[in-house]
Amino acid sequence: MPAARVLPTPEAADLIRLVREFATEELAPRAAEAEATGTFPREVFRQLGQLGLLGLPYPESEGGGGQPYEVYLQVLEELASVWASVAVGTSVHALSCFGLATRGTDEQRQRWLPDLLGGELLGAYCLSEPHAGSDPAAMTTRAVRDGDDYVITGAKAWTTHGGEADYYKVLARTSDDRGGISCFLVPADAEGLTADPPEHKMGLMGSTTATMRFDHVRVPAERRLGDEGEGLKIALAGLDAGRLGIAACATGLAQGALDRAVAYAEEREAFGRKIIEHEGLAFVLADMEAAVQSARAITLHAARLKDQGLPYSREASIAKLVATDNAMRVTTDAVQVLGGYGYTKDFPVERYMREAKVMQIFEGTNQIQRLVISRSLRKPAGAITVQK
Amino acid sequence: MNIVVCVKYVPDAQAERTFNASDNTTDRENVDGLLSELDEYAVEAALKLVEAGEGEVTVVTVGPDQAADAIKKALQMGADKGVHVKDDAIHGSDAIATSLVLAEAIKKIGSPDLVVTGMASTDGTMGVVPTMLAERLGLPAVTYASELTVDGAKATIRRDGDVSTQTIEATLPALISVTDQINEPRYPSFKGIMAAKKKPVEEWSLADLGVEAGQVGLDAAWTKVEAFAARPPRSQGEIVTDEGDGGKKLAEFLASRKFI
Ligand SMILES: Cc1cc2nc3c(=O)[nH]c(=O)nc-3n(C[C@H](O)[C@H](O)[C@H](O)COP(=O)(O)OP(=O)(O)OC[C@H]3O[C@@H](n4cnc5c(N)ncnc54)[C@H](O)[C@@H]3O)c2cc1C
Repeated sequence: MPAARVLPTPEAADLIRLVREFATEELAPRAAEAEATGTFPREVFRQLGQLGLLGLPYPESEGGGGQPYEVYLQVLEELASVWASVAVGTSVHALSCFGLATRGTDEQRQRWLPDLLGGELLGAYCLSEPHAGSDPAAMTTRAVRDGDDYVITGAKAWTTHGGEADYYKVLARTSDDRGGISCFLVPADAEGLTADPPEHKMGLMGSTTATMRFDHVRVPAERRLGDEGEGLKIALAGLDAGRLGIAACATGLAQGALDRAVAYAEEREAFGRKIIEHEGLAFVLADMEAAVQSARAITLHAARLKDQGLPYSREASIAKLVATDNAMRVTTDAVQVLGGYGYTKDFPVERYMREAKVMQIFEGTNQIQRLVISRSLRKPAGAITVQK
Repeated sequence: MNIVVCVKYVPDAQAERTFNASDNTTDRENVDGLLSELDEYAVEAALKLVEAGEGEVTVVTVGPDQAADAIKKALQMGADKGVHVKDDAIHGSDAIATSLVLAEAIKKIGSPDLVVTGMASTDGTMGVVPTMLAERLGLPAVTYASELTVDGAKATIRRDGDVSTQTIEATLPALISVTDQINEPRYPSFKGIMAAKKKPVEEWSLADLGVEAGQVGLDAAWTKVEAFAARPPRSQGEIVTDEGDGGKKLAEFLASRKFI
């Protein structure tokens, strides 16, 4: 049974209804095969764009949906409960627009944002490198100023939508100081930009992940977002929002696994009773439900802080940590509930379990989330604020 | 071209559908409802025609308070305005009375070039309202369209029958009912959801339409449901182990149920 939800407005409730209908009718029938064959569903993202689901958290004046994170994250959750790759792609796309929307000049935003938010174009972001994942400031990709252009050289690892996207938000070093990093919007057809063959991953096969190679890629300076040296700040600000996206994806994924497990436990009999009537198994399901609801609660709490314009970095890290660890446990237990059948590819729960694993890794590993949380504990907090 | 689309709010076929115990009418209040899926094809057909040219799509529904959801969905898909006829006296109306109320509502809306309906509702499934409505409005009725084109003052449809495919023409104004083969109804977009909030919806009572309460409702109905009983729960199937005579047993089973 899908999650019960409280939405702030009637149109947000209609939006969730729309997403459920779309997910059931359009995503559910295609997910298993695309994941089995490793097919990236480019046309699904066009559909999402037409429905207005790719720009939900951005202002209406720039072609977005003007929705608070509280609503946008619940949309991601609904998508993820049916097809994690599509939800992750939606979150990555939103993240790829973040720098442009928050730090782009009026001219830059007017020029590129409408097509991005309207879904005409698909975005990707290039932060990680083969030797700089958790510590992005160790990146070596360089952008060297040459007249009115920058020339970018290096390799960006793990790029979601790598080779499929229409443009890449790229972080590259513009000086030798550790923080001397800048942010660029690079079109996919820029000369010298190529994608390696996609990674062979454990799961999330419907989402392409590839290393992007920059061989003297010339980018006009007007494609730099923010000031020189401001790149890392832009990337990290985006990551807070991105972490909430992944927390929502993980919560939805866990909800999907839980729903499958409950449905199976209502059907399957052992020792003359439905297995859900055996307390030992029913309590496994109860723990799964508690885990999913806790994940949702902390994720939406962090979202509401963000929507209120309050600091939410610590809460975003907690949400990412709790939601993805819970998703790992819930999906593992879902396999357990289905017994031997759960371990086969005839049922989707083994796939959910493989998909949950990556959620603990990307958008900052869960060790890095603990790092952020523990550091934040040494700073003053605990302000009492009145809701806007 | 101005088009009126008749839409019905029906109990969700996925939900537990039932009747009211007090008067044996369809329970529309305690069951989740939605815009009849067969009417989505009618809305889509109308939107396509208007988008290709100009004009307005007005959706009209006759139903209780919740039927506003059917109008809202059509407006979210892109229709321009809605009319909701609601009146307690309408409760229990048969197809004849429903067509009367719809006809009066359409007259009050104006004189559309086209009235488009689904081929039947997913709850009543009688499929008679379109022709009754055409009769009352004095319009040619061209039903079960699986293709529709309009050229000037002429509408052409394709109707796929069991033994033949017919091409039928009608001069406008006309009433056209469409099948689920005619198109693929669009999802509302989020922009459509937002835009629908600002679209006008009028609420009319029977008095607004000059219809007497006695002409409609359960008491005026020509047919009545005398009794209903819940369908018995599905019994456990029988598993026959094939010991070389599986085919024979299967044939016997089918024969016992008069399938063969
Ligand atoms: C499917 C997928 C999609 C991705 N998509 C993108 C994308 O679109 N764009 C992008 O830029 N990146 C993307 N990534 C990269 C992802 O963000 C990195 O993999 C992640 O940040 C970890 O970096 P790493 O793999 O280099 O691991 P490392 O940083 O090498 O970490 C290895 C291990 O050491 C631990 N560790 C590292 N530092 C510390 C520390 N200080 N304290 C404690 N433990 C530590 C880590 O937690 C981890 O367990 C993606 C990755 C995957 C798998």
